[in-house]
Amino acid sequence: MGLLQPESGLLFWMTLAFGVVFVVLARYGFPVILRAIESRREYIDSALDAAREAERKCATLETRSREIVDQAEVRRNEILREADAQRKQILADARQKAEAEGQQMLEKARRQAESERAAILGDAKREIAALAVAITERMLREDLRDRDAQTQLASRLMDELDPKNRKTWTPD
Amino acid sequence: MKLLKTFLKIVLLAALLVPAGTLRAQETEQDPDIKQIVLGHLGDSYEWHILSTSDSEWSLPLPVIVHSPASGWHCFSAARLREGAEYEGLRIASEGEYAGKIVERQDDGSDLRPLDLSLTKTAAALVLNCLLLLWMVMSAARWYRRNKATDRAPKGFVGLFEMLVTEIVDGVIEPCVGPRYRKFAPYLLTAFFFILVNNLMGLIPFFPGGANVSGNIAVTFILALATFLAVNIFGSKHYWKDILWPDVPVWLKAFPLMPLIEFVGIFTKPFALMIRLFANLMAGHAVILSLTCVIFATVSMGAAINGSMTVVSVLFTIFMYCLELLVAFIQAYVFTMLSAVFIGLAQEEPEKEPETEAPQPLENSKTATIKQ
Repeated sequence: MGLLQPESGLLFWMTLAFGVVFVVLARYGFPVILRAIESRREYIDSALDAAREAERKCATLETRSREIVDQAEVRRNEILREADAQRKQILADARQKAEAEGQQMLEKARRQAESERAAILGDAKREIAALAVAITERMLREDLRDRDAQTQLASRLMDELDPKNRKTWTPD
Repeated sequence: MKLLKTFLKIVLLAALLVPAGTLRAQETEQDPDIKQIVLGHLGDSYEWHILSTSDSEWSLPLPVIVHSPASGWHCFSAARLREGAEYEGLRIASEGEYAGKIVERQDDGSDLRPLDLSLTKTAAALVLNCLLLLWMVMSAARWYRRNKATDRAPKGFVGLFEMLVTEIVDGVIEPCVGPRYRKFAPYLLTAFFFILVNNLMGLIPFFPGGANVSGNIAVTFILALATFLAVNIFGSKHYWKDILWPDVPVWLKAFPLMPLIEFVGIFTKPFALMIRLFANLMAGHAVILSLTCVIFATVSMGAAINGSMTVVSVLFTIFMYCLELLVAFIQAYVFTMLSAVFIGLAQEEPEKEPETEAPQPLENSKTATIKQ
């Protein structure tokens, strides 16, 4: 029966101890902890909401960026095509121009060659003429000492100068 | 498996060694008084026994504080009353109605028990456990004061503490008390941790644990009284009306049968709380002690029986310790839950909108009946 009988001394100590513990913990202990846990829970909830929102935004941004990339790709292809066409155009133009210029230069060269040949031929004619005169002069100086020979020559020359049996050389 | 084998080896070795040791003791000592040992532990004492060896006894003398109507206040160390010594006219009665308590001899030769406020073993353990509890909760609270909600969650001890607190608040207090649970959460949490710390400290087999604090009726009485006050001081008008003029046929009220039953119910609920906690914890201590005493009780029956009983005793004691760890938590949990349910029942308002209000009281009474 002794165990079932509360002792007055222990009742006193228990009241005191539990009272003090209760007052201290209920005032300075548990409310602080409960408030902190509550506020952290709210913070976690709000952080989760923010994360969800950010994820959503991120998804939209990704779609938009994909769109932009697609557009850019289309534009790039366009530009490449244009550039290719332009390049071909420029090349064709250049070829055309070069051809024309070449033609011109060739023409010019030919003309120059022509005139140069003419000049060379003229010079040669003059030279030959002079040579002929000189040779003739020498021959004449030798051969005209003899009368018969002179007469013979003169008549041959006469024959030769006759347009009918003229066999003189032409420049060509 | 390997661990189990090692463990069994140790137990068997102990079984072989213990009888050898006790055989010598058998020659000199009588059979130990098991009942005295168990009751002595479950009861209270003026000294905190720490250790006994064959030639000396270690115990912590505690302050004796008594007030007698004849000689006034006395305050001295319990060491002065050792071995039945008398000090300032006071001594510890060895037999009679006040056996084991401090008594004062009257002029006519009879003994009178003065008002005894001594810091006994249970009281000292109680104070020690309270200091431990205060330190635990306040160190956790300090962490929360120093950290903001945006900081990282606590780890270690504070994390464990937070887990327990949220478990009790979200799992017990909020569903049982109802919408106004915030007002009662500090009391219920205090009760929970108070009981838990005292239960667990009581399971530590050596000083400064091991005192049977929450298995003491005075302790559970004050706890139940606190719940009683919380229920009845903050009870709603509806709660009192339900007790004094319940919704039953008039003839049951006119001859005040129902009000009487309801009125008795006010006291039986906390009374059940008191007895449940007291009986569970005391029984746990008693069973563990008895099982340990089996070793010493079977010494005189020979080495074989004593050895085998030692193995049995150790195994059963380990099992009981595991069970008592569970009980230590469960009893704290049950006390808190039932207190919360009683408070919640006293907080109820009359049902105005049955659609929304109906589920709550149903849930409350269900949990109450399950746990009862």
